[in-house]
Amino acid sequence: MRRVLFISVIFASLLSIQAFASDAKQADADEAFDIKGMIMHHLKDSHEWHILDYKKSDGSEKIVSIPLPIIVYANGKLDVFMSSKFEHGNKVVDRGTNKYILHHDKIYLADENGGLTTEIQDGEEKIMNATPLDISITKNVCAMIIVSIVILWIFISVAKAYEKRPGRPKGLQALMEPLILFVKNDIVYPNLGKKTDKFLPFLLTVFFFILFNNLFGIIPFFPGGANVTGNIAVTMTLATFTFLMINLNGNKHYWQHNLWMPGVPVFVRPILTVVEIMGMFVKPVALTIRLFANITAGHIIILSLVGLIFVFKSLAIAPVTFLFVLFMDVLELLVAFLQAYVFTMLSALFIGIAVAEPEH
Amino acid sequence: MDLIMPGVGLIFWTSIIFIILLLILGKVAWKPINKMINNRNQSIEDALNMAEKAREEMKQLKAGNEQIMIEARIERDNILKEARELKEQIVAEAKQEAGKEVEKLKKNASMEIAAQKAAAVEEIRNQVLDLSILVAEKVIRREVKDKKDNQVLVDDILKDVKFN
Repeated sequence: MRRVLFISVIFASLLSIQAFASDAKQADADEAFDIKGMIMHHLKDSHEWHILDYKKSDGSEKIVSIPLPIIVYANGKLDVFMSSKFEHGNKVVDRGTNKYILHHDKIYLADENGGLTTEIQDGEEKIMNATPLDISITKNVCAMIIVSIVILWIFISVAKAYEKRPGRPKGLQALMEPLILFVKNDIVYPNLGKKTDKFLPFLLTVFFFILFNNLFGIIPFFPGGANVTGNIAVTMTLATFTFLMINLNGNKHYWQHNLWMPGVPVFVRPILTVVEIMGMFVKPVALTIRLFANITAGHIIILSLVGLIFVFKSLAIAPVTFLFVLFMDVLELLVAFLQAYVFTMLSALFIGIAVAEPEH
Repeated sequence: MDLIMPGVGLIFWTSIIFIILLLILGKVAWKPINKMINNRNQSIEDALNMAEKAREEMKQLKAGNEQIMIEARIERDNILKEARELKEQIVAEAKQEAGKEVEKLKKNASMEIAAQKAAAVEEIRNQVLDLSILVAEKVIRREVKDKKDNQVLVDDILKDVKFN
């Protein structure tokens, strides 16, 4: 197993270099390679799944990408079309009442002239156009769906294996059982005790959702490479679920401690109430930022290292980059597990505190 | 700055995907897997407990066996002791009985002897009497020729008489 991982990491690193070679061609056109733009582009969500660029024999640029469905709501009208209609942002999509413009992976409503209105604010160009409510199936959503299907496939077959073979686990079941047992015995049970079975499904789902999204995020090409758990919207949503689990299941004891702390002088109680209520919201915010920052940081480092080749415009730097990227990929593998563990651990801890029966 | 601005669409889809994933996995994966793992743990625990119980029973059985052995040995010893006592008693009784019998036989024998003796004495006496009479008769009948002849005659007669 370790050898397979090792080889796949090497393979992934090689391919990531190859994938970014496409950016080098762009870099040839501009005299300076925009490394910040490249990194931001790879970190951010996108309306198409970019695979590679190449130059045709006639010299024109060919972009290979998977178009994704755009679902936008503006001026009382819901529009659904494929992102290929934008032709990578070069074309305005006219849907009758609404005209849409794709600019830097963001959809704007076109102004009266059918273009973008820009304004200079604090020395920076700002787009003043209105934006529609964008609930498109973006690259991250698509990646999440793929990961969810993988998770479903894995655990449904594992569940079937348990029914078929209740004794000693084998194959995929043997690979997943230590993880399931780890979450159950080392994360959930120490925090929740007798209530383990009630919260186990949620925490297992959180753990494996984060873990598989992290792992898929390390793969540099389709169907991986989407920065799902490094997107603050995703981590915020997951943290919100934990927040809901904590506060919807919190018992009388928990609320009493939050709102009117017993056992302290009455004049201190309102101060503690403010602190506790702040704490209620700080917990999910911390979860959000921790996961987002860790995964994003890892991606930024790997992308920067790969970008070095194009900054130096030399292939001689590639072996150094290769070694550093390899090291970072292995580290990211650790971080993928670590962050899934930390998020699940803290969720279990917070839920455990909220549902704990008073002992005194 | 775009990086830390959460997109509404992504929040929406993440929520939907996560809830669907949670519901499906909860129903078809976590519940059966957890149940199976719990069942397996339970069965392992049961098996261990059963083994422990069996060992305990075995121990008790062994102790019981030993107890029975000890009892059997005591019983055997008792039986042997009783048998020995009985034997001794029987032997003693037999000895006593034999002694009595011997005594009785002795008594009978001595009585018989005495009787026989008396009878023999009686017989001798009668024979002596008869003989005396006979002698006397012969002596009287022959009339004494001389004293010497008489003496010879008595000797002859006495020679003829055999004391039986």
